[in-house]
Amino acid sequence: MSGGFDWIALVEFAAIGLLSGGLLALIALGFVLIYKGTGVINFAMGEFMMLGAYFFYTARVMWSLPDWLALMLTFAGVASCAALVERWLLRPLAGQSVIAVLMATIGLASALHGAVDAIWGGQNYNMPQILPRTPLLLGDVLVPGKVLWSFLLAALVIGLFSVYFRRSRTGVAMRAAASDPVTAYLMGIDVRAMQRLTWIYAGLVGALAGIVVASITSLSPALGTTALGVLAVIILGGLDSIVGAIVAGLIVGVLESLTAGYLGGKVRDIVPYLVVLLILLVRPYGLFGTRRIERL
Amino acid sequence: MRIGDYRQTYEHDESIWPTAVQRAWLAALLLALALFPLVGGAYLVSLMCVLGIHLIAATGLNIMTGYTGLISLGHAAFMGVGCYTAAWLAQRGVPVFVVLPLAGAMAAALGIVVGLPSLRIKGLYLAVATLALQFLMVFVFREWESVTGGVRGTNVPAAEFVGLTLNTDARMAWLIMVCAALLLLGARNLMRTRVGRAFMAIRDKDISAEVLGINLLRYKLSAFALGSFYAGVAGALLGYFYRAMTPEYFTLQLSIFYLAAIIVGGLGSLLGTILGSVFMTLVPEALRALVAVAAQYTPRATEILSPIQQVVFGVLIMGFLVFEPHGLQEIWRRVRRFFHLWPFRS
Repeated sequence: MSGGFDWIALVEFAAIGLLSGGLLALIALGFVLIYKGTGVINFAMGEFMMLGAYFFYTARVMWSLPDWLALMLTFAGVASCAALVERWLLRPLAGQSVIAVLMATIGLASALHGAVDAIWGGQNYNMPQILPRTPLLLGDVLVPGKVLWSFLLAALVIGLFSVYFRRSRTGVAMRAAASDPVTAYLMGIDVRAMQRLTWIYAGLVGALAGIVVASITSLSPALGTTALGVLAVIILGGLDSIVGAIVAGLIVGVLESLTAGYLGGKVRDIVPYLVVLLILLVRPYGLFGTRRIERL
Repeated sequence: MRIGDYRQTYEHDESIWPTAVQRAWLAALLLALALFPLVGGAYLVSLMCVLGIHLIAATGLNIMTGYTGLISLGHAAFMGVGCYTAAWLAQRGVPVFVVLPLAGAMAAALGIVVGLPSLRIKGLYLAVATLALQFLMVFVFREWESVTGGVRGTNVPAAEFVGLTLNTDARMAWLIMVCAALLLLGARNLMRTRVGRAFMAIRDKDISAEVLGINLLRYKLSAFALGSFYAGVAGALLGYFYRAMTPEYFTLQLSIFYLAAIIVGGLGSLLGTILGSVFMTLVPEALRALVAVAAQYTPRATEILSPIQQVVFGVLIMGFLVFEPHGLQEIWRRVRRFFHLWPFRS
């Protein structure tokens, strides 16, 4: 290894990993929003990503609408799906056991996945390139443009959400409803509306992430399973921490990129799951999550 | 019409089938099942084999998830371990009645390893951990070629039992039915012992159970070991039945299938497991028949069979959770109660 070791390749892998970690953090944000707001891990997150990507493809390519209109339609479509799910699936199950709620989202994932597959078919579509492709040269290190721009986009969205939750009236109300629904209710906050809004935001984040991921790789039903790998990110970061999602997203991104570079793509695909098992053994509440105290 | 159910001794009260009528029905059912492979058509007999295997695996999952409250999204992985253990042993000439328990034991060993962290993590976290296990095991099945044959798969020689080669579906059906009956009886019996009661106490509130003197680690591990033992045996039978196996069979989709079966049937009920397994085995067959009819009108119908199946599974899971959380078992109980005194009381 000594002497002949290719340092530039290492830096390049790390840089690409760090940047693609931004996208992981964005997907993780979708999970964290729903977990914080309603205490549910949404196993159908990947299917929201799929929906977003397929809606966008249909509007942009099949109906050849302009970019902005296609994006608006996609967001409207996914937001209404998320609102329907919240109203007709999660609200009837409020207060039920963890198994029930978890299984409901798994059932939802299965149904949405099958529906997308049945409507659009299992083939690959080429998404239109919405991000600039000009690569960035940092010295000898080459960073693909798509990766760089998706990172910037993810950073922008996460930044906007952080400001929104800190500054805006609705954002603060959402945080209040998440941390103590009963008190929030007594203070005159419409907790149900806040939970609906949580699902809608998570759906929008998922749709955006889906469009970006599909335009980097390609559009096929396999897109739905990518979100399961992001579970590693949210477990590592702590289920209820946005900061955790960002940091863990970057860590997992680098890990994935390094294993892909040195050990091959097959090993890369199981890295997230190895990370999950290790973290759960060592520190189940993650790096930044709240340690849960159980009382009888 | 039954007039009364008088239980006058403790033995009677504890018995699994308290009345003579129930025992008679059970005997009739067993006889019918034993004769069925002789008279049933090839399709029905193979369906019966698959159903028996699903039933064993679903019972294992119900012990873990329904009775003890430990969510597992990796049940297919345990089945895979059982299947590949059986293949490896059978290729070396080990007889079937040794292979089945060993395959179960191997899966149980993995179950104990996975169960160890379950003392610290539970609920959502346990679900994520078992999901991770599911993906890791599929990776192992694909890559450990010397044992599993990689993506091309492996072969299982036909089972030999007291001089009889179990190379037809009808003969396999008997083996599977015997295993299923024994394992179901075992599970039913377990639930009226201290161990079974401890499982249910842990499900209802694990901290309270610990305060009552139940050793959480021991019983959670037992639940994991038992559940994966059942899965391992089911996997081994699956290997003997199909005679060839590829890693593509033991995916997350199969794990979800079993979760769906126990939810549709009713969590924490063996009757529910039976009803759920039968229902979930028949649904894909019914869909296939429907698609075959639809294919005459639109050629695209066969293409969307598997996605439609996914949609139906998902909708069934969601529908039962929202509208009938106790599953088919509860519907069955309602129907029975209605006819109990019918037509004298509506």
